[in-house]
Amino acid sequence: MKRKVFAYPYIVWMILFIVVPMFFIFYYAVNVGGQFTLTKFWSTLTDVKNNWLVLWNSIVIALKTTAICLIIAYPIAYILSNMKKSVAGFISLLFFVPMWMNFILRTYSWYAILEYFIPGLIGKPEVSFTGTEFSVLLVLVYDFLPFMILPLYNTLSKIDKSLIEASRDLGANPVKTFFRVVLPLSVPGIVSGITMVFVPAITTFTVPFIIGNGVFTLYGSKIDEAFHQATGVVGDYAVGSTLSIILVICVLISTLIMNYFDKDKESGGQVL
Amino acid sequence: MKRVFKSFKYVFLGLALLFLYIPIIYLIVFSFNDFGTGRHVSYTNIGTWNGFTLRNFLTLFKGEAGDALLLTLEIAAVSSIVATIIGTAAAIGINAMKKRTRTAILNVSQLPMVNPDLVTGITFMMLFAFVNTMLINMGLKHFQIGGFVKLLIAHISFSIPYVIFSVLPRLRQSSDMLYEAAIDLGCSPIQALFKAVIPDIMPGITSGFIMALTMSLDDFVVSYFVGDKSVLSVYIYSSFRTSGVNPAIATVLFVPLVALLLFVNLRSLAKEREYEIQSKKVNLKDKGGITK
Repeated sequence: MKRKVFAYPYIVWMILFIVVPMFFIFYYAVNVGGQFTLTKFWSTLTDVKNNWLVLWNSIVIALKTTAICLIIAYPIAYILSNMKKSVAGFISLLFFVPMWMNFILRTYSWYAILEYFIPGLIGKPEVSFTGTEFSVLLVLVYDFLPFMILPLYNTLSKIDKSLIEASRDLGANPVKTFFRVVLPLSVPGIVSGITMVFVPAITTFTVPFIIGNGVFTLYGSKIDEAFHQATGVVGDYAVGSTLSIILVICVLISTLIMNYFDKDKESGGQVL
Repeated sequence: MKRVFKSFKYVFLGLALLFLYIPIIYLIVFSFNDFGTGRHVSYTNIGTWNGFTLRNFLTLFKGEAGDALLLTLEIAAVSSIVATIIGTAAAIGINAMKKRTRTAILNVSQLPMVNPDLVTGITFMMLFAFVNTMLINMGLKHFQIGGFVKLLIAHISFSIPYVIFSVLPRLRQSSDMLYEAAIDLGCSPIQALFKAVIPDIMPGITSGFIMALTMSLDDFVVSYFVGDKSVLSVYIYSSFRTSGVNPAIATVLFVPLVALLLFVNLRSLAKEREYEIQSKKVNLKDKGGITK
């Protein structure tokens, strides 16, 4: 018996539960009540005011989240990567432990803090801090920060310290060394950090629901709405499927863009 | 100047950690808060401290919240064990394949990791809806896929890739000859697997299992779309505004997990140190041999 055989159960599983389900998005987008039709697909696709505008808003929020995460996470990862290895290992563990609590629970906790605790603290229980863009951004940054720190820390701690010493020996000051040596070498980490934050940030619908108080609609909420208003009725999957197809295409494009930047910089680094 | 910068570094790290732990500490503290007694305890006044009590932990397993908590733990335990078994076997098989098949399979395996969970959840929902409608149309109403099985299949599916990708690197490090040597020495393939290959890749399997467990416990989106039954996160999502959520759930889930994580980490640290000491000894012996 060859060892290949051990993979067969998984291959069957993979085809049944990873490959086949993907086709259902396309199937249900053009299939209403068992009949082929493009009307819902087309009307969803051309509904600029409802769908494309919300998508644009989500992309803007996701970009803001990613940028803030990057600005906070880079110094953290940089400081960690320059610490003694044993200390850095322990402190970086502290940064990832919060991920072990279900993120709905953490988001709910922020809801409790913003809705009940802070208003009580400042003596104005009628005020609510939920339902604003600021609160949604705060919680999104909170949820995704560890995903940015992790790849950055991995890349930064792998940079050969003798390169930095060489740059200093050759007369570059610390600032110049950072921008000419450390930053370019950490680009792969930045890229994977951005993908790990940006994609989930576009698709989130829990944070806008819990923290946004329903006032704040993002693209994920739109898809959720499409599916859950249509409880049980198979035909109404069409709108949700079409919205999902657009989403998948967006994710694909952003992944391709990130890959392009990644490769570009890598070859640049080799020339150096 | 340098000293100022150095202390600034620690202040920055401290503030970032505080930010990450605020909601966790908040829930753990309030899990000891007195929310009042009676039939309908409301957890919505989770902003005011009414005094210390352990009552929240006693009522934890009652009612809807208790069912959700139990379901979450059941699904997490079963799905992570099954995913670890299928995933480990798959990794062993994939590692023995030709490069082209291997790349193809690994690329497809990455789909659930790259795809937004929203899309994963939707595709599963549609798959089950399709299969169940088909079964009803065929008159096989009793063979419909139930809520528990749906959740289980979905959780196993999104966990397997994480197991594969943590076992594979270990397999690459270990020698290809190990399996063949065991066979040559008279093991059956199954024996060779359990006596030679698996002990060698155990650290990878352990970390894969922990990943699978974490993914399952942390999941909301997929369960939300797939389940007719509410796992914990879905229960919280649907009831946080009306009846509130018993914060003791957070303490009960978080503290044991952190203990497990610290235990595994400390153990692997200790093992690494042991390995280092041993290899140093070996080195010293070798050097001694050369000087002689």
